[in-house]
Amino acid sequence: MSIEPRIAGKRVIVCAGSGGVGKTTTSAALAMGLAARGQKVAVVTIDPARRLADSLGLEELGNEPRLVDPQRFAGHGIEIEGELWAMMLDPKHTFDDLITQLAPDERHRDEVLGNRIYQELSGAVAGSQEFTAIAKLYELDRSGEFDVLVLDTPPSRNALDFLDAPDRLTSFLEGRALRVFLAGPTGLAAKIVGRGTGVVFSVLQRVTGVDLLTDLSVFFRALGGLLDGFRERAAGVKALLADPATTFLVVTSPEREPVEEAIFFAAKLADAHLPFGGLIVNRVTPSEGLDAEPDAVAAELTEALGADLARRVAATYRDARALAQRDAAAIARLQREIGDPEPLLIPQLGGDVHDVDGLVRVHEHLFG
Amino acid sequence: MGALNIDLLDHRLLFVTGKGGVGKSTVAAALGALAADRGKRVVVAEVHQRKDVEHIVTAAGADHVSIDPQEAMDEYLTDQLPRALAEILSSSRAFSYLAAATPGMRELLTVGKVWELAQDERRTPGAAPYDLVVVDAPATGHGVAMLAAPKTFADAAMAGPIARHAGIIHEMLSDPVRTAIVVVTTPQEMPVNETLALREALEQASGQRPALVVVNGLRRHRLSPADAAALQAHRDHPAVRAALAVHALAREQRVQLRRLRRRIGAPTVTLPFTPGGADTAAIARRLDQALRSV
Repeated sequence: MSIEPRIAGKRVIVCAGSGGVGKTTTSAALAMGLAARGQKVAVVTIDPARRLADSLGLEELGNEPRLVDPQRFAGHGIEIEGELWAMMLDPKHTFDDLITQLAPDERHRDEVLGNRIYQELSGAVAGSQEFTAIAKLYELDRSGEFDVLVLDTPPSRNALDFLDAPDRLTSFLEGRALRVFLAGPTGLAAKIVGRGTGVVFSVLQRVTGVDLLTDLSVFFRALGGLLDGFRERAAGVKALLADPATTFLVVTSPEREPVEEAIFFAAKLADAHLPFGGLIVNRVTPSEGLDAEPDAVAAELTEALGADLARRVAATYRDARALAQRDAAAIARLQREIGDPEPLLIPQLGGDVHDVDGLVRVHEHLFG
Repeated sequence: MGALNIDLLDHRLLFVTGKGGVGKSTVAAALGALAADRGKRVVVAEVHQRKDVEHIVTAAGADHVSIDPQEAMDEYLTDQLPRALAEILSSSRAFSYLAAATPGMRELLTVGKVWELAQDERRTPGAAPYDLVVVDAPATGHGVAMLAAPKTFADAAMAGPIARHAGIIHEMLSDPVRTAIVVVTTPQEMPVNETLALREALEQASGQRPALVVVNGLRRHRLSPADAAALQAHRDHPAVRAALAVHALAREQRVQLRRLRRRIGAPTVTLPFTPGGADTAAIARRLDQALRSV
């Protein structure tokens, strides 16, 4: 089985799922496979394992894709006919870039970037990873420089954060209240900055303190200057996610929590009418060859191994069987709940998969 | 495991965080169950409108709460302001948008509610104090953002009630006598890396190191290296192959566990791998044993 028919003709591939299920390695192996088949591919990852970053030559932080040297794969039987580009996302940097792009002029840009609230909080904003990841995706798509983009989504437990990011921003920016807040010389923001005297203002001041309130007002007023740009961008991002050339691959392991998360996420995709491309289950313990009963195995091996070792081998074999049974049940549940009759199964690959060898092994299973 | 200077459950606030999918919620629930079993009045708090462990926690005799930032804000306003003024703000759409859009505000409100739960004098009218609050905090980055929020706001606001309250909350979070951080991980390369990075981030956010690192999902190790070498000659047997594959995983886990222990600078406790899913009661018993063996 191969992932190829699921992603044929797609320009944007989003790998989604909970943390710790091998999403980054899957994304990188997928991008490598597509590049090997002649495409110009960029993979955007969030926080790859150090050695995966090293093996892709991503040791330097940079917020633009870098070309991965095809020689890195040469000794591993992978010939890159196209180009593989990779980047590690720096949320703060991406957010600054976005402000710079959207600001109508330098004054607005400097007002936001120089604002204390923005500086103190933009780096720490939970959720900024979700937002900046798609902002970057959109930017790369618009650049038209790549045939395919592969996005390794942030390891967000709350998958909704990711899907909702553009919507949340638009609904906030389009809310009437913000308009009231920002409405020119008579708006709340202007009143606060001008030390106005409305009731709401004086109560607000009492709760927040004057300094914080003034900084917030300046921040939102400056942000207001970027309103049209933000709205356009959010609409663009939304359209990109729903585009027929975009597909979401849900990645999971057979463990309980990731499985529940995958089911939840697939349902959210359906609710939001976003294109689901298929399910990838990593780290599956295959059940082939595990038919024999452990006791029979112990009896069978006693002569060759001695009773003690045979008993311990049989006990370890029993563990493998229990795992295989758990995995089979989890896969059946995923098939039923998500409605993907043929999920792509990647076996538990012993040892470490965060190097080029690991990528190649995952790639072999992805592309069949 | 190393020595714990103070019984973990004698803290007022346990902040349980870690990489997603490592069993963080289950460990938080087990700690809550264990404290309840020892006769403490305990509440387990989940965030992000989650109620994953409500059933388990309440069955074990602990309270459960799912913190909603909006409710937390309404409570805060009611407590801080005369009623009429609180109502003006609560019903002001400009204010609610401002609050929703202010970066870090959700985290501040959430952690503010956690703090409130852990006070001798609860602000919520008629609410009895808790001996222990266990927070099933968000995964890694979001968890750190939550711990860092009070300090960030205290610094940003400088003066005024928010700065003052945020300062008080930060003081509690950074006090090792009242607050302990428990990090949950698994003995695998990525989670161990993330846990080591998390230690740095936590130290920056709260000045605290983890009081305990729970290593979840450790597989049984039944074969020695010599056994494994001897078994190579029998690889054509499917059961031997399967056993060797499990053995390789168990061995790799030990390598990662040793690396974690060498570098984390905090006591660790391991929980066995259970293919059928987590058993909160069994985990509570294991943690109980570990916490007693100081």
